[in-house]
Amino acid sequence: MKRLAVISGKGGTGKTMVTAALAHLLQGRLVMADCDVDAANLALLLNPRPLWTKPFFGQKAAVIDSDLCLGCGSCEANCRFDAIRPDQGIFRVETLHCEGCAVCTYVCPAEAVSMQPRQTGEILYSETDRGHLVHARLVPGAGNSGLLVSAVKKTGFENDPESDLLLIDGPPGTGCPLISTISGVDLVLVVTEPSLSGLHDLERVVAVCRQFRPKVLVAVNRFDLSPTIARTIDLGDSLISATFK
Amino acid sequence: MKVCFTAKGATLESLSEERFGRAPFFIIIDLDSGASEAVQNPYVEGAGGVGPKAAQILISHDVTALVSGQVGGNAREALMAAGIEMFTFRGSSVNDALEQFKKNALQRSE
Amino acid sequence: MKIAVASGKGGTGKSMVAANLAYTLSLAEPVTLVDCDVEEPNLHLFFPGPAESTDVTIPVPVFDTAACDLCGKCGEFCQFGAITVLRDRVLFFPELCHSCGGCLLVCPKGAITESPVRIGTVSVSIPLPSLILVTGLLDTGSPLAVPVIGAAKARAATHPLVFYDSSPGTACPVIETLDGSDFCVLVTESTPFGLHDLELAADVVAGMGIPAGVVINRSDGEDEATLDFCAEHDLEVMMTVPFDREFAAIQNQGCLLCREHPEWQERFRALYSGCRHLAGVSP
Repeated sequence: MKRLAVISGKGGTGKTMVTAALAHLLQGRLVMADCDVDAANLALLLNPRPLWTKPFFGQKAAVIDSDLCLGCGSCEANCRFDAIRPDQGIFRVETLHCEGCAVCTYVCPAEAVSMQPRQTGEILYSETDRGHLVHARLVPGAGNSGLLVSAVKKTGFENDPESDLLLIDGPPGTGCPLISTISGVDLVLVVTEPSLSGLHDLERVVAVCRQFRPKVLVAVNRFDLSPTIARTIDLGDSLISATFK
Repeated sequence: MKVCFTAKGATLESLSEERFGRAPFFIIIDLDSGASEAVQNPYVEGAGGVGPKAAQILISHDVTALVSGQVGGNAREALMAAGIEMFTFRGSSVNDALEQFKKNALQRSE
Repeated sequence: MKIAVASGKGGTGKSMVAANLAYTLSLAEPVTLVDCDVEEPNLHLFFPGPAESTDVTIPVPVFDTAACDLCGKCGEFCQFGAITVLRDRVLFFPELCHSCGGCLLVCPKGAITESPVRIGTVSVSIPLPSLILVTGLLDTGSPLAVPVIGAAKARAATHPLVFYDSSPGTACPVIETLDGSDFCVLVTESTPFGLHDLELAADVVAGMGIPAGVVINRSDGEDEATLDFCAEHDLEVMMTVPFDREFAAIQNQGCLLCREHPEWQERFRALYSGCRHLAGVSP
């Protein structure tokens, strides 16, 4: 199965529109994955009929047993993620900030801290007119979205092994969700727009892609908003033309 | 030598598992003595970094060869550094994989 | 006062709103603008000028091979699989390390120290007499946006009036940006995508207990669904910017609406008054 990811760097350039259009035009058996897990929109265009949903558990989070906590504060002193907050003489974990490192469980003299599974989202598997769609709902504010991205891709890969193409709608940015999205894909299509911001973000996201070695192609959306900048992208500066090698 | 097979269950009759880091069981067979041991993988549902952690299990059990379907980049690096040879098997049971391994019929994965 | 500008969906005009707010207010008082979209920061394109840049680093473990007896406790403890202890040495995977310091704590031989690794930069510039711009920039290929956002915000911690321009989405970088904000401006657009993601973002700010209001950008005049949602959720629509090709062109060239069309300054000043009012800050 070939893997194609549609990404953008800058948000709002039209990734999802392009992905949905490709889904309609491409031949062969498709499975689609919406890897923009914290603002998933592909489903809005594909009228999916849900087949199943399963919970997604991210990194475990620390939980302090208030009956055992002595209020000594060693957890707070050793936590590097500012996830432990004083609360009426004892301490509690601010789950949104907890990275799941378990340092607090190690330093607690009263064994009051344990690591508990936390549901950080759910994965939805649906049927559409163009094949199966995997998408996700991240619990708003939950961290580790890169892990959920990997799980969404893997779900598509494992449930539809006979498909010819895994078509991925990617997240904006260059951080952990984007890196999870492009790892292992064969081709990346970067959708950009002719603006200074779009151009700036295109250069950065292409630089990230080059570290992961998929082939990179660029599509310019709304090119008529600035034909001058669009031409800059089209003619290709050294960076972009290099990606076509 | 000790060979590890990734499996869905704890016996030699179990189906083999294609994934390495998230394999439910590691079945470790000592080819010299014939003894076998099933080690349950605590990282099946792990959130991340499961590959190197699973590699650590093999290292602590003195395994010298691994038979599995697919091994991720970090796990591969750890296994190679530990001198554990990797062989690819995609098929039915652990017993079959063992037979093919003994016959030298499995492809080495670089 | 600290005001965050967020959106859920990307490309709705967060940076446009943040840049124009900061520009307009800086004509009368000192303002600091912090670009917290560290994966793709753009505000410097609207406010060019020389900047002073410092590195953002995180500590990662270094293993003293002489002191290490390969007991394996560090690898056992690491929740992220970043350490594998071989028979003859320790293998470290820096890209899996979250810099928690756990390995140092558990090492019985004191064989682990830490050394800083760069993951990004924070630059500070003064593009206008009363405007300070702080830009967090994540190194390409580094996944760890959150510490860079924290470092950028820290540079403006004591400033009187600060705007945070958030990254899109609802995940950890957005939480890090919103943390400690007195108010959040949610920027949306008149599309089903804009509304869907506004709902998610409104959920996040409500969950964090941060008062919020909405700006509708690129309005096509048919905002009923968005207006209904805002009414149901007690979110005030503070400003509506119509869709206009000229506005888009101004933005695309890195120019400012409030500079090209000074009549918009009044509306952005009113938006700021609205923020203060809804945040419960006396006028």
